[in-house]
Amino acid sequence: MAQTLQRTPLHDAHVALGARMVPFAGWEMPVQYEGVIAEHKAVRTDCGAFDVSHMGEFEVEGPRATELLQATLSNDLDRIGVGQAQYTLLTNERGGIIDDLIAYKLDEFRYLAVVNAANRRADFEWLKERELPGSDVRDVSDEYALVAVQGPRAVERLGLPDAPQFTFAEGEIDGIECMVNRTGYTGEKGCEILVMTEDAVPLWDRVLERGAVPCGLGARDTLRIEACFPLHGQDITPDTDAISAGLSWCCRLEKEFSGAQVLRETKAHGPERKLVPFVMDEKAVPRAGMPIEGGGEVTSGTHSPMLDRGVGLGYVPAGDAAVDTELTIDVRGRARRAHIVKRPIYTSEEAA
Amino acid sequence: MAATESYPPELKYHREHDWARVDGDEATLGITWFAQDALGELVHYEAPDEGSTVTKDQPYGEVESVKAVSDVIAPLSGEVVEVNRKAVDEPETVNEDPYGEGWLVRIRMSDSPEVDSLLDVDAYKQVVAEQ
Repeated sequence: MAQTLQRTPLHDAHVALGARMVPFAGWEMPVQYEGVIAEHKAVRTDCGAFDVSHMGEFEVEGPRATELLQATLSNDLDRIGVGQAQYTLLTNERGGIIDDLIAYKLDEFRYLAVVNAANRRADFEWLKERELPGSDVRDVSDEYALVAVQGPRAVERLGLPDAPQFTFAEGEIDGIECMVNRTGYTGEKGCEILVMTEDAVPLWDRVLERGAVPCGLGARDTLRIEACFPLHGQDITPDTDAISAGLSWCCRLEKEFSGAQVLRETKAHGPERKLVPFVMDEKAVPRAGMPIEGGGEVTSGTHSPMLDRGVGLGYVPAGDAAVDTELTIDVRGRARRAHIVKRPIYTSEEAA
Repeated sequence: MAATESYPPELKYHREHDWARVDGDEATLGITWFAQDALGELVHYEAPDEGSTVTKDQPYGEVESVKAVSDVIAPLSGEVVEVNRKAVDEPETVNEDPYGEGWLVRIRMSDSPEVDSLLDVDAYKQVVAEQ
Protein backbone atom coordinates (compact mmCIF):
# COMPACT_ATOMS: atom_id res chain seq x y z
CA MET A 1 0.00 0.00 0.00
CA ALA A 2 1.40 3.36 -1.05
CA GLN A 3 -0.11 5.33 1.76
CA THR A 4 -1.51 4.37 5.14
CA LEU A 5 -4.86 5.97 5.66
CA GLN A 6 -5.82 7.18 9.09
CA ARG A 7 -8.95 5.79 10.70
CA THR A 8 -11.36 7.56 13.01
CA PRO A 9 -12.48 5.88 16.26
CA LEU A 10 -15.75 5.05 14.46
CA HIS A 11 -14.11 3.14 11.60
CA ASP A 12 -15.28 -0.30 12.72
CA ALA A 13 -18.78 1.02 13.42
CA HIS A 14 -19.01 2.29 9.82
CA VAL A 15 -17.85 -1.02 8.40
CA ALA A 16 -20.37 -2.87 10.60
CA LEU A 17 -23.13 -0.62 9.20
CA GLY A 18 -22.14 -1.59 5.66
CA ALA A 19 -20.59 1.75 4.74
CA ARG A 20 -18.60 2.12 1.56
CA MET A 21 -15.23 3.44 2.74
CA VAL A 22 -13.13 5.75 0.59
CA PRO A 23 -9.88 7.68 0.99
CA PHE A 24 -10.46 11.35 1.83
CA ALA A 25 -7.77 13.86 2.85
CA GLY A 26 -5.58 11.05 4.15
CA TRP A 27 -8.40 9.35 6.02
CA GLU A 28 -10.51 6.30 5.34
CA MET A 29 -14.04 7.67 5.57
CA PRO A 30 -17.57 6.45 4.84
CA VAL A 31 -18.86 7.94 1.58
CA GLN A 32 -22.29 6.34 1.95
CA TYR A 33 -24.24 3.70 3.83
CA GLU A 34 -27.67 3.05 2.26
CA GLY A 35 -27.26 5.66 -0.45
CA VAL A 36 -26.46 9.34 -0.88
CA ILE A 37 -29.97 10.40 -1.88
CA ALA A 38 -31.75 8.71 1.05
CA GLU A 39 -29.16 10.05 3.50
CA HIS A 40 -29.46 13.55 2.06
CA LYS A 41 -33.26 13.50 2.37
CA ALA A 42 -33.04 12.23 5.95
CA VAL A 43 -31.08 15.35 6.89
CA ARG A 44 -33.46 17.69 5.07
CA THR A 45 -36.58 16.14 6.62
CA ASP A 46 -35.53 14.59 9.93
CA CYS A 47 -32.06 13.85 11.25
CA GLY A 48 -28.75 12.46 10.04
CA ALA A 49 -25.43 11.75 11.76
CA PHE A 50 -21.97 12.22 10.24
CA ASP A 51 -18.60 11.13 11.53
CA VAL A 52 -16.42 14.18 10.99
CA SER A 53 -13.65 13.08 13.34
CA HIS A 54 -11.14 13.56 10.54
CA MET A 55 -11.44 17.31 11.05
CA GLY A 56 -8.67 18.98 13.01
CA GLU A 57 -8.98 20.67 16.38
CA PHE A 58 -6.54 23.19 17.76
CA GLU A 59 -6.52 24.84 21.16
CA VAL A 60 -5.14 28.33 21.25
CA GLU A 61 -4.48 29.47 24.76
CA GLY A 62 -2.82 32.26 26.69
CA PRO A 63 -3.15 35.95 27.52
CA ARG A 64 -2.26 36.80 23.91
CA ALA A 65 -4.36 34.07 22.26
CA THR A 66 -6.92 36.61 21.10
CA GLU A 67 -4.19 38.83 19.69
CA LEU A 68 -2.72 35.94 17.68
CA LEU A 69 -6.08 34.93 16.26
CA GLN A 70 -7.16 38.49 15.53
CA ALA A 71 -3.98 38.94 13.47
CA THR A 72 -4.47 35.73 11.48
CA LEU A 73 -8.24 35.31 11.13
CA SER A 74 -10.55 37.46 9.00
CA ASN A 75 -13.53 37.74 11.32
CA ASP A 76 -13.56 39.73 14.55
CA LEU A 77 -13.40 37.59 17.69
CA ASP A 78 -14.21 40.63 19.82
CA ARG A 79 -17.74 40.34 18.46
CA ILE A 80 -18.39 37.05 20.25
CA GLY A 81 -18.44 36.15 23.92
CA VAL A 82 -17.55 32.99 25.83
CA GLY A 83 -19.90 30.22 24.71
CA GLN A 84 -20.17 31.58 21.18
CA ALA A 85 -18.62 30.43 17.92
CA GLN A 86 -17.70 32.21 14.71
CA TYR A 87 -17.13 31.19 11.09
CA THR A 88 -13.86 32.74 9.96
CA LEU A 89 -11.03 32.48 7.44
CA LEU A 90 -7.32 31.91 7.86
CA THR A 91 -5.85 34.20 5.20
CA ASN A 92 -2.41 34.56 3.65
CA GLU A 93 -0.63 37.85 2.86
CA ARG A 94 -2.30 37.97 -0.57
CA GLY A 95 -5.74 37.69 0.99
CA GLY A 96 -6.00 34.09 -0.24
CA ILE A 97 -7.82 31.57 1.89
CA ILE A 98 -5.54 29.08 3.67
CA ASP A 99 -8.59 27.51 5.31
CA ASP A 100 -12.07 28.23 6.57
CA LEU A 101 -12.80 27.24 10.13
CA ILE A 102 -14.98 27.76 13.15
CA ALA A 103 -13.49 29.39 16.23
CA TYR A 104 -15.10 28.66 19.61
CA LYS A 105 -14.45 31.00 22.53
CA LEU A 106 -13.95 28.62 25.48
CA ASP A 107 -12.98 31.38 27.88
CA GLU A 108 -11.33 34.74 27.72
CA PHE A 109 -7.88 33.26 27.06
CA ARG A 110 -8.72 29.99 25.35
CA TYR A 111 -10.17 29.12 21.94
CA LEU A 112 -10.92 25.96 20.04
CA ALA A 113 -10.52 26.03 16.25
CA VAL A 114 -12.08 23.28 14.12
CA VAL A 115 -10.30 23.10 10.77
CA ASN A 116 -10.49 21.05 7.58
CA ALA A 117 -8.71 17.68 7.70
CA ALA A 118 -6.76 18.38 4.52
CA ASN A 119 -5.39 21.65 5.92
CA ARG A 120 -4.61 20.54 9.45
CA ARG A 121 -0.86 20.53 8.99
CA ALA A 122 -0.68 23.76 6.93
CA ASP A 123 -2.92 25.64 9.35
CA PHE A 124 -0.97 24.45 12.34
CA GLU A 125 2.37 25.44 10.83
CA TRP A 126 1.00 28.83 9.80
CA LEU A 127 -0.24 29.57 13.31
CA LYS A 128 2.83 28.13 15.03
CA GLU A 129 5.12 30.39 13.00
CA ARG A 130 3.13 33.39 14.16
CA GLU A 131 2.83 32.45 17.82
CA LEU A 132 3.46 35.30 20.26
CA PRO A 133 4.98 35.05 23.70
CA GLY A 134 1.80 34.37 25.68
CA SER A 135 -0.07 32.43 23.01
CA ASP A 136 0.19 28.67 22.68
CA VAL A 137 -1.22 26.69 19.77
CA ARG A 138 -1.71 22.96 20.31
CA ASP A 139 -3.04 20.36 17.88
CA VAL A 140 -5.48 18.34 20.00
CA SER A 141 -7.16 16.57 17.07
CA ASP A 142 -6.22 13.09 18.24
CA GLU A 143 -7.88 13.60 21.61
CA TYR A 144 -11.32 14.17 20.14
CA ALA A 145 -13.95 12.68 17.90
CA LEU A 146 -16.56 14.87 16.22
CA VAL A 147 -20.05 13.76 15.26
CA ALA A 148 -22.37 16.11 13.38
CA VAL A 149 -26.08 15.52 13.99
CA GLN A 150 -28.08 17.59 11.53
CA GLY A 151 -31.67 18.10 10.47
CA PRO A 152 -34.91 19.74 11.55
CA ARG A 153 -35.45 17.06 14.23
CA ALA A 154 -31.82 16.64 15.30
CA VAL A 155 -32.01 18.65 18.53
CA GLU A 156 -35.32 17.08 19.53
CA ARG A 157 -34.08 13.55 18.85
CA LEU A 158 -30.99 14.14 20.97
CA GLY A 159 -33.13 15.46 23.83
CA LEU A 160 -31.23 18.73 23.84
CA PRO A 161 -32.64 22.14 24.69
CA ASP A 162 -33.07 24.66 21.89
CA ALA A 163 -30.17 27.05 21.56
CA PRO A 164 -29.16 29.70 19.03
CA GLN A 165 -26.91 28.77 16.12
CA PHE A 166 -23.20 29.44 16.68
CA THR A 167 -23.36 28.85 20.41
CA PHE A 168 -21.98 25.89 22.35
CA ALA A 169 -22.10 24.39 25.82
CA GLU A 170 -20.91 21.46 27.84
CA GLY A 171 -23.63 18.86 27.62
CA GLU A 172 -24.52 15.25 28.03
CA ILE A 173 -26.18 12.78 25.71
CA ASP A 174 -27.43 9.67 27.50
CA GLY A 175 -24.78 10.06 30.16
CA ILE A 176 -21.90 10.79 27.78
CA GLU A 177 -20.21 14.09 28.49
CA CYS A 178 -19.58 16.17 25.42
CA MET A 179 -19.36 19.64 24.00
CA VAL A 180 -22.47 20.47 21.99
CA ASN A 181 -21.80 23.01 19.25
CA ARG A 182 -24.76 24.50 17.40
CA THR A 183 -22.94 24.50 14.10
CA GLY A 184 -22.97 22.43 10.93
CA TYR A 185 -22.34 22.14 7.23
CA THR A 186 -25.74 21.14 5.87
CA GLY A 187 -27.87 24.27 6.06
CA GLU A 188 -30.11 22.56 8.62
CA LYS A 189 -30.39 23.10 12.32
CA GLY A 190 -28.50 20.70 14.50
CA CYS A 191 -25.20 20.36 16.25
CA GLU A 192 -21.68 19.07 16.10
CA ILE A 193 -20.76 17.01 19.14
CA LEU A 194 -17.19 16.91 20.33
CA VAL A 195 -16.30 13.96 22.58
CA MET A 196 -13.19 12.36 23.94
CA THR A 197 -11.95 9.72 21.52
CA GLU A 198 -12.78 6.87 23.93
CA ASP A 199 -16.42 8.00 24.09
CA ALA A 200 -16.88 8.16 20.32
CA VAL A 201 -18.38 4.70 19.83
CA PRO A 202 -20.93 4.90 22.68
CA LEU A 203 -21.93 8.40 21.55
CA TRP A 204 -22.39 7.26 17.93
CA ASP A 205 -24.47 4.29 19.09
CA ARG A 206 -26.70 6.49 21.27
CA VAL A 207 -27.18 9.00 18.44
CA LEU A 208 -28.25 6.24 16.03
CA GLU A 209 -30.51 4.67 18.68
CA ARG A 210 -32.23 8.02 18.92
CA GLY A 211 -33.11 7.76 15.26
CA ALA A 212 -30.40 9.64 13.41
CA VAL A 213 -29.67 8.12 9.99
CA PRO A 214 -25.94 7.47 9.43
CA CYS A 215 -24.74 9.69 6.58
CA GLY A 216 -21.50 9.67 4.61
CA LEU A 217 -19.33 12.20 2.87
CA GLY A 218 -21.45 11.89 -0.28
CA ALA A 219 -24.50 13.39 1.40
CA ARG A 220 -22.30 15.88 3.26
CA ASP A 221 -21.18 17.22 -0.13
CA THR A 222 -24.63 17.39 -1.74
CA LEU A 223 -26.08 19.05 1.38
CA ARG A 224 -23.39 21.71 1.59
CA ILE A 225 -23.69 22.48 -2.13
CA GLU A 226 -27.47 22.94 -1.81
CA ALA A 227 -26.80 25.17 1.21
CA CYS A 228 -24.11 27.06 -0.81
CA PHE A 229 -21.36 26.50 1.74
CA PRO A 230 -17.97 26.63 0.00
CA LEU A 231 -15.58 23.69 0.23
CA HIS A 232 -11.97 24.59 0.83
CA GLY A 233 -9.74 23.18 -1.90
CA GLN A 234 -12.52 23.57 -4.47
CA ASP A 235 -14.56 26.76 -4.16
CA ILE A 236 -12.04 28.59 -2.00
CA THR A 237 -8.27 28.10 -2.03
CA PRO A 238 -5.06 29.94 -1.11
CA ASP A 239 -5.34 31.52 -4.58
CA THR A 240 -8.91 32.76 -4.24
CA ASP A 241 -10.06 35.58 -2.01
CA ALA A 242 -13.01 36.06 0.27
CA ILE A 243 -14.48 39.02 -1.61
CA SER A 244 -14.79 37.06 -4.87
CA ALA A 245 -16.15 34.07 -2.94
CA GLY A 246 -18.95 36.14 -1.39
CA LEU A 247 -17.42 35.77 2.07
CA SER A 248 -16.82 39.46 2.80
CA TRP A 249 -19.44 39.12 5.56
CA CYS A 250 -16.86 37.20 7.62
CA CYS A 251 -13.99 39.61 6.84
CA ARG A 252 -13.78 42.58 9.19
CA LEU A 253 -11.77 44.88 6.99
CA GLU A 254 -11.66 47.61 9.62
CA LYS A 255 -9.24 45.45 11.65
CA GLU A 256 -5.74 44.31 10.71
CA PHE A 257 -5.16 40.69 9.73
CA SER A 258 -3.03 38.87 7.21
CA GLY A 259 -4.01 40.04 3.73
CA ALA A 260 -6.51 42.64 4.96
CA GLN A 261 -5.04 45.43 2.84
CA VAL A 262 -5.28 43.35 -0.35
CA LEU A 263 -8.88 42.52 0.48
CA ARG A 264 -9.69 46.18 1.10
CA GLU A 265 -8.36 47.01 -2.35
CA THR A 266 -10.26 44.14 -3.94
CA LYS A 267 -13.42 45.31 -2.25
CA ALA A 268 -12.85 48.93 -3.30
CA HIS A 269 -12.25 48.05 -6.97
CA GLY A 270 -14.75 45.24 -6.99
CA PRO A 271 -13.65 41.66 -7.63
CA GLU A 272 -13.04 40.49 -11.19
CA ARG A 273 -15.20 37.42 -10.68
CA LYS A 274 -17.73 36.15 -8.22
CA LEU A 275 -18.69 32.76 -6.88
CA VAL A 276 -22.34 32.14 -7.69
CA PRO A 277 -24.79 29.29 -7.13
CA PHE A 278 -26.60 27.97 -10.18
CA VAL A 279 -29.24 25.45 -11.18
CA MET A 280 -29.23 23.55 -14.48
CA ASP A 281 -32.08 24.18 -16.89
CA GLU A 282 -31.24 21.09 -18.94
CA LYS A 283 -30.52 17.54 -17.88
CA ALA A 284 -26.85 17.39 -16.92
CA VAL A 285 -24.73 17.14 -13.80
CA PRO A 286 -22.17 19.94 -13.55
CA ARG A 287 -18.78 18.98 -12.11
CA ALA A 288 -15.82 20.91 -10.73
CA GLY A 289 -13.52 22.14 -13.50
CA MET A 290 -16.14 22.45 -16.24
CA PRO A 291 -15.85 25.74 -18.16
CA ILE A 292 -18.67 28.28 -18.00
CA GLU A 293 -19.00 30.17 -21.27
CA GLY A 294 -17.68 33.73 -21.04
CA GLY A 295 -14.71 32.99 -18.81
CA GLY A 296 -16.09 31.16 -15.79
CA GLU A 297 -15.56 27.79 -14.19
CA VAL A 298 -17.59 25.36 -12.10
CA THR A 299 -15.90 24.73 -8.73
CA SER A 300 -18.52 22.40 -7.22
CA GLY A 301 -21.29 20.53 -8.94
CA THR A 302 -23.64 17.70 -8.21
CA HIS A 303 -27.15 16.40 -8.63
CA SER A 304 -29.49 18.03 -6.12
CA PRO A 305 -31.57 15.30 -4.48
CA MET A 306 -34.18 17.86 -3.40
CA LEU A 307 -34.56 19.67 -6.75
CA ASP A 308 -33.80 16.54 -8.80
CA ARG A 309 -31.53 18.50 -11.13
CA GLY A 310 -27.96 19.52 -11.55
CA VAL A 311 -26.77 22.33 -9.28
CA GLY A 312 -23.43 23.87 -8.46
CA LEU A 313 -21.18 26.72 -7.53
CA GLY A 314 -18.83 28.47 -9.90
CA TYR A 315 -16.91 31.63 -10.61
CA VAL A 316 -18.22 33.96 -13.32
CA PRO A 317 -17.12 37.45 -14.39
CA ALA A 318 -18.41 39.93 -11.81
CA GLY A 319 -20.49 41.74 -14.45
CA ASP A 320 -22.41 38.54 -15.23
CA ALA A 321 -23.09 37.45 -11.66
CA ALA A 322 -26.63 38.72 -11.09
CA VAL A 323 -29.39 36.34 -10.02
CA ASP A 324 -31.30 34.89 -13.02
CA THR A 325 -28.36 35.41 -15.39
CA GLU A 326 -28.26 32.55 -17.89
CA LEU A 327 -25.10 30.46 -18.01
CA THR A 328 -23.87 27.95 -20.55
CA ILE A 329 -21.80 25.17 -19.07
CA ASP A 330 -19.53 22.93 -21.12
CA VAL A 331 -20.50 19.46 -19.91
CA ARG A 332 -17.84 17.27 -21.54
CA GLY A 333 -18.25 19.01 -24.89
CA ARG A 334 -22.01 19.57 -24.68
CA ALA A 335 -23.34 23.09 -24.07
CA ARG A 336 -25.93 22.94 -21.28
CA ARG A 337 -28.00 25.84 -19.97
CA ALA A 338 -28.18 26.92 -16.34
CA HIS A 339 -29.09 30.07 -14.47
CA ILE A 340 -27.77 31.84 -11.39
CA VAL A 341 -29.96 31.58 -8.29
CA LYS A 342 -30.09 33.17 -4.86
CA ARG A 343 -28.33 31.50 -1.93
CA PRO A 344 -29.15 28.96 -0.69
CA ILE A 345 -30.01 26.63 -3.57
CA TYR A 346 -32.07 24.62 -1.09
CA THR A 347 -32.60 24.18 2.64
CA SER A 348 -35.68 22.97 4.48
CA GLU A 349 -38.36 25.45 5.58
CA GLU A 350 -37.38 24.83 9.19
CA ALA A 351 -33.87 26.05 8.46
CA ALA A 352 -34.96 29.19 6.64
CA MET B 1 -34.64 -0.38 -4.23
CA ALA B 2 -31.31 -1.51 -5.56
CA ALA B 3 -31.24 -4.93 -7.17
CA THR B 4 -29.32 -7.81 -5.61
CA GLU B 5 -26.16 -8.99 -7.31
CA SER B 6 -26.78 -11.18 -10.34
CA TYR B 7 -25.35 -11.97 -13.78
CA PRO B 8 -27.90 -13.70 -16.04
CA PRO B 9 -26.37 -16.70 -17.86
CA GLU B 10 -28.11 -15.95 -21.17
CA LEU B 11 -26.31 -12.62 -21.64
CA LYS B 12 -22.97 -11.82 -23.24
CA TYR B 13 -20.59 -9.57 -21.33
CA HIS B 14 -17.88 -7.01 -21.99
CA ARG B 15 -15.08 -6.61 -19.46
CA GLU B 16 -15.93 -2.92 -19.07
CA HIS B 17 -19.05 -4.12 -17.22
CA ASP B 18 -21.54 -3.99 -20.06
CA TRP B 19 -23.94 -6.68 -21.22
CA ALA B 20 -25.63 -7.55 -24.52
CA ARG B 21 -28.77 -9.57 -25.13
CA VAL B 22 -28.54 -10.78 -28.72
CA ASP B 23 -31.76 -11.42 -30.67
CA GLY B 24 -31.24 -12.13 -34.40
CA ASP B 25 -29.43 -9.14 -35.91
CA GLU B 26 -30.36 -6.89 -33.02
CA ALA B 27 -28.93 -6.56 -29.53
CA THR B 28 -30.07 -4.82 -26.37
CA LEU B 29 -27.26 -3.25 -24.32
CA GLY B 30 -26.91 -2.20 -20.72
CA ILE B 31 -24.56 -2.04 -17.75
CA THR B 32 -24.06 -4.88 -15.30
CA TRP B 33 -25.04 -5.08 -11.66
CA PHE B 34 -21.39 -4.55 -10.77
CA ALA B 35 -21.22 -1.30 -12.76
CA GLN B 36 -24.36 0.23 -11.28
CA ASP B 37 -23.32 -0.81 -7.77
CA ALA B 38 -19.90 0.77 -8.16
CA LEU B 39 -21.45 4.04 -9.33
CA GLY B 40 -24.28 4.18 -6.81
CA GLU B 41 -27.72 5.63 -7.48
CA LEU B 42 -27.83 6.90 -11.04
CA VAL B 43 -29.13 10.42 -11.56
CA HIS B 44 -28.39 10.93 -15.25
CA TYR B 45 -28.14 8.86 -18.42
CA GLU B 46 -26.66 10.74 -21.35
CA ALA B 47 -28.02 8.62 -24.19
CA PRO B 48 -26.85 8.51 -27.81
CA ASP B 49 -29.15 9.72 -30.59
CA GLU B 50 -31.33 7.15 -32.27
CA GLY B 51 -29.86 6.47 -35.68
CA SER B 52 -26.29 7.10 -34.52
CA THR B 53 -23.69 4.38 -34.74
CA VAL B 54 -21.89 2.76 -31.86
CA THR B 55 -18.54 1.04 -32.13
CA LYS B 56 -17.41 -1.95 -30.13
CA ASP B 57 -15.09 -0.99 -27.25
CA GLN B 58 -15.90 2.72 -27.69
CA PRO B 59 -18.10 4.86 -25.40
CA TYR B 60 -21.63 5.47 -26.66
CA GLY B 61 -23.13 7.25 -23.65
CA GLU B 62 -22.57 8.24 -20.05
CA VAL B 63 -24.16 7.19 -16.81
CA GLU B 64 -23.80 9.42 -13.81
CA SER B 65 -24.38 9.09 -10.10
CA VAL B 66 -24.34 11.83 -7.50
CA LYS B 67 -20.61 11.32 -7.07
CA ALA B 68 -19.25 10.17 -10.41
CA VAL B 69 -19.67 9.91 -14.16
CA SER B 70 -18.75 6.89 -16.25
CA ASP B 71 -18.60 6.21 -19.96
CA VAL B 72 -20.74 3.36 -21.19
CA ILE B 73 -18.72 1.14 -23.50
CA ALA B 74 -20.37 -0.56 -26.45
CA PRO B 75 -19.88 -4.34 -26.35
CA LEU B 76 -20.92 -4.56 -30.02
CA SER B 77 -21.00 -2.31 -33.11
CA GLY B 78 -24.15 -1.17 -34.86
CA GLU B 79 -26.83 1.47 -35.30
CA VAL B 80 -28.94 2.68 -32.40
CA VAL B 81 -32.54 1.81 -33.21
CA GLU B 82 -34.01 2.66 -29.83
CA VAL B 83 -33.01 4.49 -26.65
CA ASN B 84 -34.70 3.47 -23.42
CA ARG B 85 -36.61 6.64 -22.52
CA LYS B 86 -37.44 5.24 -19.10
CA ALA B 87 -33.73 5.04 -18.28
CA VAL B 88 -33.34 8.65 -19.45
CA ASP B 89 -36.30 9.95 -17.47
CA GLU B 90 -35.83 7.75 -14.39
CA PRO B 91 -32.17 6.71 -14.30
CA GLU B 92 -32.69 4.90 -10.98
CA THR B 93 -34.42 2.24 -13.09
CA VAL B 94 -30.93 1.07 -14.05
CA ASN B 95 -30.13 0.43 -10.38
CA GLU B 96 -33.42 -1.28 -9.75
CA ASP B 97 -33.40 -3.58 -12.76
CA PRO B 98 -30.09 -3.42 -14.67
CA TYR B 99 -30.88 -6.34 -17.02
CA GLY B 100 -34.58 -5.64 -17.54
CA GLU B 101 -36.34 -2.27 -17.38
CA GLY B 102 -32.96 -0.58 -17.01
CA TRP B 103 -31.57 -1.46 -20.46
CA LEU B 104 -29.89 1.46 -22.24
CA VAL B 105 -30.08 1.05 -26.03
CA ARG B 106 -31.17 -1.41 -28.70
CA ILE B 107 -28.89 -1.65 -31.74
CA ARG B 108 -28.95 -3.29 -35.15
CA MET B 109 -25.63 -5.07 -35.30
CA SER B 110 -23.27 -4.21 -38.16
CA ASP B 111 -20.76 -6.96 -37.44
CA SER B 112 -22.50 -9.99 -35.91
CA PRO B 113 -19.33 -12.12 -35.53
CA GLU B 114 -18.24 -9.64 -32.84
CA VAL B 115 -20.58 -11.52 -30.53
CA ASP B 116 -18.09 -14.38 -30.40
CA SER B 117 -15.50 -12.10 -28.81
CA LEU B 118 -17.70 -11.31 -25.81
CA LEU B 119 -17.43 -13.04 -22.46
CA ASP B 120 -19.83 -15.65 -21.22
CA VAL B 121 -21.18 -15.33 -17.72
CA ASP B 122 -18.48 -17.43 -16.06
CA ALA B 123 -15.69 -15.46 -17.73
CA TYR B 124 -17.32 -12.19 -16.73
CA LYS B 125 -17.79 -13.30 -13.14
CA GLN B 126 -14.07 -13.97 -13.14
CA VAL B 127 -13.50 -10.34 -14.23
CA VAL B 128 -15.71 -9.14 -11.38
CA ALA B 129 -13.91 -11.36 -8.88
CA GLU B 130 -10.61 -9.74 -9.86
CA GLN B 131 -11.83 -6.18 -9.18
